[in-house]
Amino acid sequence: MDWTVVPFLAADAVQSGTIYALLALSLVLVFAVTRVILVPLGELLVFAPLTYVFFLPGEVSGLELHGQIPGTAWLSAGLLLVWAVLDRADLRRAVGLFLAAVLVVGLAWVGARGVPLWLGWILAVLVVLPIGPASYRLFFQPAKNASVLTYLIIAVGLHFAYQGLGLVFFGPEQYRLPSILSGQTNLGTVPVNNQAFLVYGFAILTMLGLFLFFTRSLNGKALRACAVNRFGARLLGISPAQAGYVAFGIATLIVAVSGMLLAPLISPAYFQGFLFGLKGFVAGILGGLISYPLAVVGALVVGAFEQWAGYVSSPFKDALVFALLLPVLLWRSLRSHEIGEEE
Amino acid sequence: MSRVPWTPVVIVALVLLAPLLLSPFPFYLTLANFIAFGALVALGLYLLTGLAGMTSFGQAAFMGLAAYTTALLTTKAGWSPWLTLPAGVLVAALGAVVLGGITVRLKGHYLPLSTIAWGMALYIVMGSWTDVTGGFTGLTNLPAVSVFGLKLIDPKAFFYLSAFFVLVGAWAAWNLTGSRVGRALRASRGDAVAAASFGVNPATLKLQVFVLSAVYAGVAGWLYAHFLRFVNPSPFSLDASIKYLIAAVAGGVGSIPGVILGSGLVVTLEEWLKDLLPALFGRSGNYEIIAYGLILVLILILAPKGLWPFIERYLPKGKAKTPEGSGLPARLVAGEPTEVMLEVSDLTKRFGGLVAVNKISFQLRRGEILGLIGPNGAGKSTCFNLITSVYAPSEGSVKLKGQTITGKAPYDVHKLGLARTFQHPHLFTEMTVLENTTLGTYARTKAGIITSMFGLSRAEENAANLEAYRALERVGLAHIAQQKADGLAIGQLRLLEIARALASNPEVLLLDEPAAGLRAGEKRQFAALIRKLVAEGVTVLLVDHDMDLVMGLVDRVVVMHYGEKLAEGTPTEVQRNPKVVEAYLGEVVA
Repeated sequence: MDWTVVPFLAADAVQSGTIYALLALSLVLVFAVTRVILVPLGELLVFAPLTYVFFLPGEVSGLELHGQIPGTAWLSAGLLLVWAVLDRADLRRAVGLFLAAVLVVGLAWVGARGVPLWLGWILAVLVVLPIGPASYRLFFQPAKNASVLTYLIIAVGLHFAYQGLGLVFFGPEQYRLPSILSGQTNLGTVPVNNQAFLVYGFAILTMLGLFLFFTRSLNGKALRACAVNRFGARLLGISPAQAGYVAFGIATLIVAVSGMLLAPLISPAYFQGFLFGLKGFVAGILGGLISYPLAVVGALVVGAFEQWAGYVSSPFKDALVFALLLPVLLWRSLRSHEIGEEE
Repeated sequence: MSRVPWTPVVIVALVLLAPLLLSPFPFYLTLANFIAFGALVALGLYLLTGLAGMTSFGQAAFMGLAAYTTALLTTKAGWSPWLTLPAGVLVAALGAVVLGGITVRLKGHYLPLSTIAWGMALYIVMGSWTDVTGGFTGLTNLPAVSVFGLKLIDPKAFFYLSAFFVLVGAWAAWNLTGSRVGRALRASRGDAVAAASFGVNPATLKLQVFVLSAVYAGVAGWLYAHFLRFVNPSPFSLDASIKYLIAAVAGGVGSIPGVILGSGLVVTLEEWLKDLLPALFGRSGNYEIIAYGLILVLILILAPKGLWPFIERYLPKGKAKTPEGSGLPARLVAGEPTEVMLEVSDLTKRFGGLVAVNKISFQLRRGEILGLIGPNGAGKSTCFNLITSVYAPSEGSVKLKGQTITGKAPYDVHKLGLARTFQHPHLFTEMTVLENTTLGTYARTKAGIITSMFGLSRAEENAANLEAYRALERVGLAHIAQQKADGLAIGQLRLLEIARALASNPEVLLLDEPAAGLRAGEKRQFAALIRKLVAEGVTVLLVDHDMDLVMGLVDRVVVMHYGEKLAEGTPTEVQRNPKVVEAYLGEVVA
């Protein structure tokens, strides 16, 4: 191996590892609280920047979209409307959801008419954000008390539906997005994109935020209680459904912002989310889908392994990353003694 | 007993006729073949998901392993397709052994998650290893399969081959469902702890079924390759795996006709969507996946059992027979009347800082009824779970007839002649009362997965059913043997628990609060039943806190309090013991 490439590989490893870490954290959060393995997280990661494309002025995006409203806004509003109909018994909530649906389309309309870059950026995140909690209400809540397995199959179905919709909304192209911080900084001999520092900053902020949320705030403690024992939490007046919305909401926010920050570095397309999501899984499984710190460590391991695999044999890079799952599971299996008691 | 089994005759006749009826429409003949391939994969999923409660997102990848194996061996090494069938299936099975071997002991979601990763990885390898697999252009010019010198080239001829495998596959799956192994699978899906305490090793069985489902997929892959006589990676992608899962779930993953129906629906729907969707969206692309995804989600939410139950309602039901003939050979009971059956020494269990059981020692002798009593929270149930190896003790040991059983798995402990009941009945509600009881004979019978599939275990199965039926007669439940176990009254559930334990012909019977929830009359009947069993040679350890029942029934009592042994002796001795009185009634105020 040529050792001079190691610092370059390491820089790339940290960059992708950080994204996997953010995905893994969101996955662990959602799984711990709701027992849902949220396979479509990857789609939510690319939905936000692809929506942003529609809010960019034509001379930046190089596209002529003629003020077209992105499909994600219709999806987001549609899900909110169905949610409003499902919760019609609670009139205040139903009206609120209806207004939220109108607001989403309104924001997208404003965005598509041409707004400053920073405002478009925020609007894109806001438009995509309701998709997470609404998916929980529409597709996972009705099957409550289902097994982890049923949730997983539903999640896989949802991933397919959203991926297909991504193709409908955005087509098969990759899009170039403007960086917030342009240029590069040399760390020793290795040039690092300034934009990447935003990703690291956001990752650190997220970890700190989650830590404070879970240890200091009552909402965060309620979520942890749900994660440990749903029945017990309910006895204490914590609604697992409410906790589910919060968990899906936070997870969607984390991945949407991650996607926005990452987008200028990767030129996103509709199909890329799944590979990111899957690598986030490999990382999360390293931590048994329970431990947040282990998930972060796992993500950095996955990032490093991926760079090494790409260096050794580029066409098989992803295959090797997925193969990494086998020794990890073997290690977990050797440590497990229980007779599979299902939740 | 020479009735014509009409159902199979009608099915085979329909299959033979179908290609003749479809022959003016070659497109539908091709479709029929694809339905058959899908049905084989879906049958594998029936075994995996419907019977064993696991699932896989990688069945198409197993198909791919077999398809590429046969493609390479026939085109590059010149093997006959009939030799590459076992070779391809073997490769698929080996893949399943590796993947399943490392995940079956983990919680249920690790296997499907790793099948996603595995499906992706294999797809990348099939597409990128161009030297061997031909990359995305694939491998061409596979030889046709010939049967008795007849080359199966046109879809009509090939359909007979495909249908043959589907029928054999369905028949084998049907045999397996009703067999000893099928029962154990359904049991461990419902309640792994209960299944394990009757001798079922869930991990081993799950691995076997996972490999079996890969075998079904492998056969489908081989058929697929020789039908098109061409392989490339796309039919073996993750999308394809999901399609098969949708087929199984849509038709009804819990039934054999359901999964075949599902394959028919999904394959037909796919053809239809392929034309419709690109027209709808104005450009070509993989739009079917939206429909697949939504169908899967909606079926699981709205009709989790799939479509088959809606059809099944209108079909005549088969009638169950009361078993007859002779039962299983009984265990040879040997030993002195006062031999120590169970020896518990210094048993301790700590949960973190809490000492639930602290240095408990006692002996259970052959032919006696020993009561283990104590107030709520005294550690009785923990003690019970330590003896049956559900928990591992922190210290101390348990010996069954002189053999140390601490550290052994519950299914191994059961085989030594120890059977238990559960404080909260652990029964399988979707099985009949008789099937629940027959699970008790699991450790006394031998039929494995292959003998069961080919219907070679019928004699043993009959004997096991009869044995279970007799156990039901002993407890007085024979009249409801063919009822489903849900909706039974608590008294009947407790009796069924005992019948299941009796069906295992135990030497030591452990009863965990067997009288809880029983009415006074039922308690008297219960006491009479236990006395009868002891007269027949069973040794009983009974955990309860119903003083009336225990004191009137048992020979000796061990009293537990705060995890420790407070007293031991005959009921009268114990009742006079001031420490026991204090624990139960509170301190005497001086």
